[in-house]
Amino acid sequence: MLNYIFRRLLIALPSLLGISVVLFTVLALAPGDPFEELATNPNVPAEVRMMLRQQFGLDDPVWQRYLRWLTSMLRGDWGFSFQSRVNVDQLILQRLPTTIVVIGLSQVLAILIALPVGVLAAVKPYSWFDRIASTIAFIGFSLPTFFTGIVFILFFSIYLGWFPFVYRSDISSTGWQFFWDHFKQSIMPISVLGLFQAASMMRYVRSAVLDVIRLDYVTTARSKGLTERTVITKHVVRNALIPVVTLVALQMPAVFGGAIVTEQIFRVPGIGSLLIDAILRNDTPVIMAVTFVLSCLVIFFNLLADVIYGWLDPRISYG
Amino acid sequence: MADVIADPDSAGAQRVSGGGMLGPGPEPQLGKVVASISPWQEAWRRFKRHRLAYWSLWVLGIMVLAVLLGPLVYKVGINDVDFQSRLAGPSLKHPMGTDDLGRDILARVLYGGRISLAVGMAAMLMAITVGVLIGAVAGMARGWVDAVLMWVTDLFLSLPQLPLLLLLIFLFREPLKQAFGLELGIFILIVTVIGGFRWMPVARLVRAQFFSLREKEFVEAARALGATTPRQVVRHILPNSLGPVIVAATIDVAAAIIAESTLSFLGLGFPPDIPTWGRILYDGRDYMDLAVHWAMFPGLAIFLTVLTINFIGDGLRDALDPRRVL
Repeated sequence: MLNYIFRRLLIALPSLLGISVVLFTVLALAPGDPFEELATNPNVPAEVRMMLRQQFGLDDPVWQRYLRWLTSMLRGDWGFSFQSRVNVDQLILQRLPTTIVVIGLSQVLAILIALPVGVLAAVKPYSWFDRIASTIAFIGFSLPTFFTGIVFILFFSIYLGWFPFVYRSDISSTGWQFFWDHFKQSIMPISVLGLFQAASMMRYVRSAVLDVIRLDYVTTARSKGLTERTVITKHVVRNALIPVVTLVALQMPAVFGGAIVTEQIFRVPGIGSLLIDAILRNDTPVIMAVTFVLSCLVIFFNLLADVIYGWLDPRISYG
Repeated sequence: MADVIADPDSAGAQRVSGGGMLGPGPEPQLGKVVASISPWQEAWRRFKRHRLAYWSLWVLGIMVLAVLLGPLVYKVGINDVDFQSRLAGPSLKHPMGTDDLGRDILARVLYGGRISLAVGMAAMLMAITVGVLIGAVAGMARGWVDAVLMWVTDLFLSLPQLPLLLLLIFLFREPLKQAFGLELGIFILIVTVIGGFRWMPVARLVRAQFFSLREKEFVEAARALGATTPRQVVRHILPNSLGPVIVAATIDVAAAIIAESTLSFLGLGFPPDIPTWGRILYDGRDYMDLAVHWAMFPGLAIFLTVLTINFIGDGLRDALDPRRVL
C-alpha cells in the first residue's frame, strides 16, 4: 500500500509541473506586463524603468523567467499583493481554512444524501422511489449554483428570516453561541454546494450499484442465506463505490468552481472570493498564487481518491 | 449527417444482420423492409419512448423559436428607459416586469437568450471539433502519440476550470476587445475558453470508440479494398462513433450555457450593456427584496434550457445506443 501511494505521488508530480507550465505560459502569452503602470507614469524616467526591468529580469528568455518563478514559488516566496500590500501566502492562509471547511462539509452532506438514495433507487430500479429520486436528481444538477443560491436567500433569509444571508467573519459572541452562529451562517452555502454535488453523485451511485447487483457473487452471497441488508452493505456497496470514487475525483475541479460561485453569492471570505476580488482589481500575484493553490488542491484530491481507490480495491494497489 | 450514416457500408451491415435474424425468406422483400426504416428513423422511434426527452424537445424548441422570433413580434427596446415604472412587477404592459431603470425584462431576456444560446452552440462546436480531432488522432496513431495526447487530456481534466477561465478572461479581455470590438471580442474569448476546457471527455470517448471500431470487420474489409487511412476514418469509423459524440455534444451545450452565465454572474462575462441571462440575474440579485421577478425570470430561463437539454441528452443516449433494447 505504501509503495502504491508512493507511485501515485510520483505520477502527481509531473501533473503539478505541467499545471505550473500552463499557468506560466498563459501569463507569458498575455499582452501587457506588471510595469505597464510605470511605463505610462510620466514621473518615472525611462532609465529607471529600464533598470527596474533589468533588476526583475523581465527581458530574460522565457524559460529562465519560468525557472526563477518556479524556484521562488517552491521556496515559499510568493510575492506580495499589489492591493493590500500583504504577503500573498499570508493572505491565502487566512482564507483557505474557510473554503476547505465549506467544501469538506458540503461533500460530506452530498455523500450522506447520495449514497443511501442512490443505493435504494438501484435496489428497486424503475420503482416509484427510483423515478422520483432520478427526476429530482436531474433537476438538481440542471440548476446552476448561482440560481439555487439566490432562491435559497430569497426563501430562507428574506421570506422566512431563518438564516443571515451575508457571511460574517467578525462574530462577537463566544463559547457555544460562537459555534452556533458560525454554523447557522454556513448552512446555506454548504447546502447549496452539497445538494448540487449530491444530485450528480446520486446518479453515479445508482448506475454503479445497478452494474454490480446483477453479478454472480451477489447471487452467491444471497444463496448463502445472508440477509438482504448484509448483501447490500457489505458486498454490493463496497464494490459499487470503486467507480464512484473516480467519478467524484473527476468532479473536483467543478466542485471548486461551485465553491467560488457560492462564496461570491453568500460573501463567504474564502479563497474563491479572494480570487474574484483580485481579478476585479488587477492583482496579478494574488491571481497567480490562488490559481496555483487551487490546482494543487485538485491534484491533492485526485491523489486522495487514488488512495481510497487502492484501499477499496486491493487488486489495484498490488498491481 | 443522415446520408453519412446511411452510406452503403453501414446499410449493408444492417441488411446482413437483418437477414440473419429473419432467416430464409424472399430476398428483394427483405431489402425493402430494411430500406423503409433507416437507422435515424429507428433512433427517433426510440427517442419518442423517452417521454421527458420528447416533451423537453418541444419545450426547448418553443424557447428557441421565442428567442429567435420574439424580438420581431415583441417590439420593445432592450434599452428603453422608463422611470415612471421602475422595478414594476409583471403586468400586461411588461409581462416580466421592469428593472431599476424601467427597462422591460421580457425584451432583455429574449435578447439575452440569443447570446446565451449562441455561446452554447459555438462553444459546443469548438469542444466537439477539438475533442474529435484529438481523439481520432490518438485512436489512429496509438503508440507514443496516443500516450502524449492522453497525458495532455488528463492534465486538462485536472485543471481547475473556473479559476483558469477567470484568469484567461482577465488577461485577454482588453486586447481582444480592441482587436474585434466589444461584443465580438468577448464572444470569441468566452467561446474559445469554454470550448477549450470541454473537449477532454469527447476526446476520450472518440479514442475509445476508435480503438474498438478500427478492429471491426467492415473496417478491415475497407482496408483490404485499399481505402486510405483518412478514408477509413471519414467514411467508416467516424460515422459509426457519432452516437456518444452527439450525446456529449448535447450536454456540452448545457454546460457552456451554465459556464457563460456563471462568468456573467461573477461580473466577468459580457459587459453590463449586453444583457445575457447570467448578467440580468447578476444585476437583479441586489434587488431581490424589492423586485423578485428581475432575478427570477432569467434564472428560470437558464434552468429550463439546461434541464430540457439534459433530458434530451438522456433521451438521445437511450436512442443512439444500439445495444439497448427498448
